[in-house]
Amino acid sequence: MKPRTFGFHLVAGGLAVLWLLPILLVLTTSVRSFPDIASNGLGALPSSFTLDGFGQAWGEGGGGHAMLNSLLVTIPTVLLALLLSAAAAFALSRYAIPFRRTLILVMLSGNLLPPQILLVPVAKLAELLGIYDTLTALIVVQVGFGLGFYTFVLQGFMRSIPDEVQQAALIDGAGVVQIFWRIILPMTRPALAALGALAFTWTFNDLLWSITVLRTGSVMPVTPALLGLQGQYVSNWNVIAAGSVLAAVPTVAVFLRFQKHFISGLAIGAIK
Amino acid sequence: MAVLTAERPKTAARAPKRRRRVSPVLLAFVLVPLLVEGFWVFWPALQGFYLALTNWDGVSAPAFVGFGNFAEMFSDDIFKTAALDTVIWLVLFGGLSAAGGLALATLLQRERRGVGFYRAALFTPVVFSLVATSLIWQVIYQPDGVFNKVLGALGLESWQHSWLADPKTALYAVLVPALWRQVGYVMVLYLAGLKGIDPALYEAAKLDGATAWQQFRNVTWPQLRSVNSVVLSVIIIDSLRSFDVVWSMTKGGPYHSSELLSTYMYATAFQSLRLGYASALAVVIFVLAFGVIVTYLVRAFREDS
Repeated sequence: MKPRTFGFHLVAGGLAVLWLLPILLVLTTSVRSFPDIASNGLGALPSSFTLDGFGQAWGEGGGGHAMLNSLLVTIPTVLLALLLSAAAAFALSRYAIPFRRTLILVMLSGNLLPPQILLVPVAKLAELLGIYDTLTALIVVQVGFGLGFYTFVLQGFMRSIPDEVQQAALIDGAGVVQIFWRIILPMTRPALAALGALAFTWTFNDLLWSITVLRTGSVMPVTPALLGLQGQYVSNWNVIAAGSVLAAVPTVAVFLRFQKHFISGLAIGAIK
Repeated sequence: MAVLTAERPKTAARAPKRRRRVSPVLLAFVLVPLLVEGFWVFWPALQGFYLALTNWDGVSAPAFVGFGNFAEMFSDDIFKTAALDTVIWLVLFGGLSAAGGLALATLLQRERRGVGFYRAALFTPVVFSLVATSLIWQVIYQPDGVFNKVLGALGLESWQHSWLADPKTALYAVLVPALWRQVGYVMVLYLAGLKGIDPALYEAAKLDGATAWQQFRNVTWPQLRSVNSVVLSVIIIDSLRSFDVVWSMTKGGPYHSSELLSTYMYATAFQSLRLGYASALAVVIFVLAFGVIVTYLVRAFREDS
């Protein structure tokens, strides 16, 4: 091996290991027993192996229930947000809607707002509508806040679809809805996959909106529930570590499944 | 229904997209999402600006106080700490993640054996929530945790302490996990940008005998201009939004030493129930972000045409 190649692997490999170490540490902590951690310390090498931490985090710690809440919020949020923004993007990118550019930018600007300015009014709005402390509130807020960005990205993508495709459908007598649903939407699949994967992690990992519109422990999704777990199992680090491992499973799964789309999704904007 | 029958072939490349009559269905396609966003984003935002001018406990009617909330900030020591910490956070979190992300992207730019693994390793934390990330790092920072163990092994026992409980170190201890996660993300942005550079430029530079540094200075850096502006926007907006990692590690403490404007705003609103003052703090965050938002929109507008 040439010295330069060796040097590269040394530096890059060292960094990679350094970056993975915290994850490895949490994985090992999650399978240690409480007495082992209590007597040997968190920094000691593990001298026990048990999955009790996972059982506790999932069962009495409420992880299983929180996971269900998270999926009940995340899946409808992603589907609704993508459907609505795809519809808006379709109309704005392929038809002469008056003020179309202004509309796109206005929608995007909503997503760029710091969420802090919205927190108090959104909480009050949810109370007023009687949906405060329900998963519905979380879904509608997340959809509303995400729409701008998704619409912006999707309309950019849809504009690059050649017009001939749409014309052919028109000649066959297809209406707007059919063109959208049968022609344009299927052709937008790569962008939808990228945004879907991103939206899934964003929604699933959210903390701020959850603790703004929810109060009761039983409706909390995974991320805020993790914080609750921390308070409940103060120094039971095996349970807390197991909880954070469980909390990462769905997003890691989505990432592995949509790896290529996920990364291209993150890079949206950088290459433009 | 906007059904167009006779299309003139000559203008087919440009004109057909722009149908003159907007059908009700199309109108709904735009209006429904716009109304949803308007109802849950723009309407609340307007209320937020108004509430910043009031005193409100959330129960009785808001009392209009003009700019009283903003005047109060001048004598609010916690606000000063939070503002200062936010600036430190902007500079360190933003600066280090940008520099680190660029360095990593340049290091891992070329396709070669093992590079996929290295990229994936650095990128992995992006997938985790900031709450999970902060729990991971709390395990490390505990008094009997790995970090102190390593210091002990290096003979630096005097440096050992509880990093998150000491007002002098709390902010920086929270910053590390935030960076650990952000660097991989910025790296992805830069990798995408580097991929877009024409290899011929490097060929030409090499023919002219440019060193690696000269190639970076005269080819890579100028070519990355648009990516740099994206990264700058992303990190400023992310810095001002940073909340999860601080809230789950320290809640802004001890003694507000790791307080950011975002955590102070949340605590003021939902713990002290001073909704008016909290809204004013949110307006400060908005003002700090305003320049970036406008630049971003102008850029998007230009690219859209």
